[in-house]
Amino acid sequence: MRQLNKNVIYGIYSDEELLLSAVRNAKSKHLEVMDVFTPFPVHGMDQALGLEESRLHQAGFVYGAIGTLTAFLGMTWIMTSDWPIIFGGKPYWPVPSYIPIVFELTVLFASWGMTITFYTICGLWPGVSNPQLDLRTTDDKFCLAFDKNDVSESVARAFFNETGAEEVNTKSI
Amino acid sequence: MSGGIVAPVRKPLIEGHKTYHQITEDLCSPTERTPSRAWIIAFIVASSTLAFGVFCILWTIWMGIGSWNLNRTIGWGYDITNFVWWIGIGHAGTLISAILLLFRQRWRTGVNRAAEAMTIFAVICAALFPAIHVGRIWVVFYFFPYPNTRGALWPNFNSPLLWDVFAISTYFSVSLLFWYTGLVPDFASVRNRASGFRKKIYNALSFGWTGSAKHWQRWESLSLVLAGLSTPLVLSVHTIVSFDFATSVIPGWHTTIFPPYFVAGAIFSGFAMVQTLMVMTRKILKLEQYITLEHIESMNKVILVTGTVVGVAYLTELFIAWYSGYVYEQFAFFNRAMGVYWWSYFGMMSCNVISPQLFWVKKLRRSVFFTFFMSIFVNIGMWFERFVIIATTLARDYLPSSWSYYKPTWVEIGIFVGTLGLFFTFYLIFVRVAPVVAIAEVKHILKVGGDQYIGENAIHRHKDEHATHHDHHQHH
Repeated sequence: MRQLNKNVIYGIYSDEELLLSAVRNAKSKHLEVMDVFTPFPVHGMDQALGLEESRLHQAGFVYGAIGTLTAFLGMTWIMTSDWPIIFGGKPYWPVPSYIPIVFELTVLFASWGMTITFYTICGLWPGVSNPQLDLRTTDDKFCLAFDKNDVSESVARAFFNETGAEEVNTKSI
Repeated sequence: MSGGIVAPVRKPLIEGHKTYHQITEDLCSPTERTPSRAWIIAFIVASSTLAFGVFCILWTIWMGIGSWNLNRTIGWGYDITNFVWWIGIGHAGTLISAILLLFRQRWRTGVNRAAEAMTIFAVICAALFPAIHVGRIWVVFYFFPYPNTRGALWPNFNSPLLWDVFAISTYFSVSLLFWYTGLVPDFASVRNRASGFRKKIYNALSFGWTGSAKHWQRWESLSLVLAGLSTPLVLSVHTIVSFDFATSVIPGWHTTIFPPYFVAGAIFSGFAMVQTLMVMTRKILKLEQYITLEHIESMNKVILVTGTVVGVAYLTELFIAWYSGYVYEQFAFFNRAMGVYWWSYFGMMSCNVISPQLFWVKKLRRSVFFTFFMSIFVNIGMWFERFVIIATTLARDYLPSSWSYYKPTWVEIGIFVGTLGLFFTFYLIFVRVAPVVAIAEVKHILKVGGDQYIGENAIHRHKDEHATHHDHHQHH
């Protein structure tokens, strides 16, 4: 189990709309939210938390471009300089014939590159056990967590009480 | 807010007034129960069939391709017919998971997981045939361009057969990534309900997923881009498969209509196979409230549309053959309909063109029983289509002295039946270890697709309607 060395106080909500208004409330009070854990992606949460847009798709474009170049330059080198062969009277550099493989390798590189990047930057791999605050957050509960170094316990408890959390717990992770 | 705006014509996609917890319970529990008797019997049948298929493949490798009934002109028979049939079946999974995601079709959430699994298993079955049909499987790695000691002599990059190698391998691996990334949060749901050794396994499978906001954001970004990449990919795969035929100079194959016609046919047969699986899955795993009649009807509409497209393509081919004024092209099509394989042409026309038209009747579209039979018909019809294109054409080439009649041997039939065994064995394992319906995605649409929120039995109303629906709140 990975250790984060954090003392966390967290509230459990029963509905994503309650959680979303709690997050907005915390932002208006300038309380620093450590993280929220939800069983499914809640739309509007990124804006409420002030998360920056993910740059994953930009990385995907770069990987795709590498795939395009690999295929195009690779086939060009093979067919024009490494071992030129005339196939059925076609030119040595038959660019239209390259289109399918260039396309496939673009997709292949972009997909694998993005997926590997996704799991790496999220710290998700087989064998990893990331600390979980509450097991029910993959079922039907929505969790909002504060780091006790950022938000004092009394302030946090008052906040959870005000925003309708059904449970408040503390945990060291 | 997360309720969003739903058009009044939309019908509920999740029935039974489900709560989030009930969804987890219903969709995780099939992996936690002891297998039912029906599952065990199905598994024994499927894995025995697979074992026979493996035997026939070993026979082919041991004895050589001579154990098949291919001959001088009929170089492709059951092998490539089955290859194209299976790869076509795979296409519906990607269509449901990728294209319907881009079009924001909410009904995809009920069936996407199983359809993507079907894609992966179908592509495995398909890829088997090119690998064994080359005869010397021990040098099958010659397919791939790699620096070698033969010169280095490379494969022919002008050849659609090589494009196929790239298309199929890309398609398989990208489908696998897309499917598995969708599964990760659901494996975490299973993990958090499990204990002991099971928990360890699901912890490894779920990669340590926690459901943090940033992870969900990236997960959605990744899913959207993978969907965007898979959409042209799936269209390219069957286009390239059709190039195997269309770039040749065989009458009946050398046609520009092949790419769109093959893609439509692939989606048509794939949806039929999804229906076959879904009708059985929802019944056996009791998932009728998640894979509803609404889902079945939507898929039947796709079958009707693509079946009609395929029908138009068949008629266009006939017209163009006549209009071309080219005697060999005309003979090729006359031979398909009236030649020695007239029965397979008849099977193709009746199963693919005539029978799907019955789906204009709403009552039939919503009949589970009728849907199941129709899905089998379409699968048979689409198999005949590939047989018509391949065997009929090759049995009558330019030189009448080499005309012959192709019948498969028991080995070829055994390999085909074996791939059906492979497909169902993998599918049966899949329904035991993974949630068959995407849990997180179903929860995500609950407030816009649940029958307590929309439709005639709704008890929750949107905020602007609250004033007029006070009475409903008592139920809450």
